[in-house]
Amino acid sequence: MALLEFRNVSKRFGKLLAVDNVSFSVDSGEFFTFLGPSGCGKTTLLRMLAGFDAPDAGDILLDDRSLAGVPPEKRPLHTVFQNYALFPHLTVEGNISFPLEMAGRPKAEIRTRVAETLALVHLEEKGHAFPHELSGGQKQRVALARGLVNRPRLLLLDEPLGALDAKLREEMQIELIALQRNVGVTFIFVTHAQQEALALSHRIAVMNRGRIMQLDEPDKIYGFPLNRFVADFIGKINLLDVDVLAVDADVLTLSAQGLGTLTTPRVDGANVGDHGCLALRPEQLRLAADHEAGDLGIHFPGKVHDLLYEGDVTIYRVALENGATLEAMIANSAPGRPRFFEVGDSVVLGWRPDAGRYLHD
Amino acid sequence: MKRSVGLWVAALAVYAFLYVPLAVVVLFSFNDSDLNAEWVGFTTRWYVKLMTDDAMLEAAANSLFIAVASSTVATLLGAMAGIAMHRYRVRGLSFLVLTPVAMPEILLGVSLLLFFRQVLDLTLGMTSILVAHITFSIGFVAIIVRARMAGLDESLFEAARDLGATPWQTFRRVLLPLILPGLLAGYLMAFTLSIDDFVITFFTAGVGVTTLPLQIYSMIKVAVTPEVNAVSTLLMALTLTMIGLASRLAPETLRGKE
Repeated sequence: MALLEFRNVSKRFGKLLAVDNVSFSVDSGEFFTFLGPSGCGKTTLLRMLAGFDAPDAGDILLDDRSLAGVPPEKRPLHTVFQNYALFPHLTVEGNISFPLEMAGRPKAEIRTRVAETLALVHLEEKGHAFPHELSGGQKQRVALARGLVNRPRLLLLDEPLGALDAKLREEMQIELIALQRNVGVTFIFVTHAQQEALALSHRIAVMNRGRIMQLDEPDKIYGFPLNRFVADFIGKINLLDVDVLAVDADVLTLSAQGLGTLTTPRVDGANVGDHGCLALRPEQLRLAADHEAGDLGIHFPGKVHDLLYEGDVTIYRVALENGATLEAMIANSAPGRPRFFEVGDSVVLGWRPDAGRYLHD
Repeated sequence: MKRSVGLWVAALAVYAFLYVPLAVVVLFSFNDSDLNAEWVGFTTRWYVKLMTDDAMLEAAANSLFIAVASSTVATLLGAMAGIAMHRYRVRGLSFLVLTPVAMPEILLGVSLLLFFRQVLDLTLGMTSILVAHITFSIGFVAIIVRARMAGLDESLFEAARDLGATPWQTFRRVLLPLILPGLLAGYLMAFTLSIDDFVITFFTAGVGVTTLPLQIYSMIKVAVTPEVNAVSTLLMALTLTMIGLASRLAPETLRGKE
């Protein structure tokens, strides 16, 4: 039985259809993420779940019971707000004990639960500090502790890592995964940062314009995007416009203008004559110096147009002879040299026939 | 650098214009002479005389009572208005609440007088003064409370609800503690406005009740005696203390953000 279920939920703000007939369900113990650009409706979904906005149509069920008309304080779920929303007039302990006091727990229980939760987020020493005395990462932990202390059925997290710097964010990501595993609470996470979503989630719903574009596990979302939006939004990707020439048992034959015919694994629903694109991840592309194309599979000659050196890898933008420019990401593992190629080098760019993915328009 | 010297001179001139008259009043309240003409010597006898002047003491007691009572009621009503103005954005609400602040006092005084006499047929006295003072104080409290509300993160109230607080608990446990400095500042502001109000009190006092400013006015009709200087100095000290406290409590309204 699903813990949470959205059934055909829609929400309109004036002319804007913020959430458009969305259905999905979340199982108990899941780390479930809504990922999408700003304005895609993910925050509206969260606000409807928390009870701050009511759906115009459809229903939200928690443990098979509708949440319609249930005020926020009666919902067995807590939210970690984007800006943490810590109560500035209360200490860390005061903040964390707030939900327990509201639930009318006995004083002794509150004391032990607050102490336990402070230990859980490694803030034992900060109990008497006020929010303004804490660093960004510490505020983040207090917000998490406050959300978890009363053991909600669901913890909603609205871009909770957005305000942290890159290094701290990575640390908090690792902590979040461990924390979620420890407490066993179902997490509903909202973010526009795809790396965060991929790293943290059990499943991701990629959203755009109020709709779920794809709902799947992170590696499926990244490796097997269902459409152009998901392919383009998640990670870097090369998209080549193609027409379908032939459909065989497990291979599609495509024609890309100026590159001739290519093959790619068959995807369901592709028919001869369809127009679409071939999606190729930069890390799936290989580069070789001239005349060394041996095992590259599908390959075309080109020139390094420019490059982006990122330390561990270099992104090479390679201009093919037909005019297309593709990006290839190559690890900088050349012995004795900073990278394999320089701007202006003639190269051969190629990929294995099973590396690309045809996306129907 | 030249320009900054000119600026200093101009600033000093302005401040002198503002504060020298006040300093003179304070100085002459300690002058050992019946006339406000020249400095004779230091004395505190005017303050002693003040303490034995029954009319003055009664007026002071009236003023204190009116100030405490009217600022208490004005703070309650003004706080509600301030919160509503911030939260509900009802059309015309701000206009209705804040107009008395901008209205010329003389106009407010005359209209209140007409209202009490012609419409309510009320005998002027303590009640009419109280109602009048509450009326002109509400707007000031509302402005301060609204400014305080505007400085608060709206998501705090959603967070409280989300964590299990009912709307009333959210008010008691989150909103009230956070706007408390604004409430105190508003109270002090209303108190200050009430205790030294002359114009509106003059129109709404009737014959029976006298307040401190009215008493001072009736005394200087004869002559500005050093006793008036003394009571003015005390009033000034009280007012400055209140304003000082208020600006510490609600810097965002009275001093600009720090």
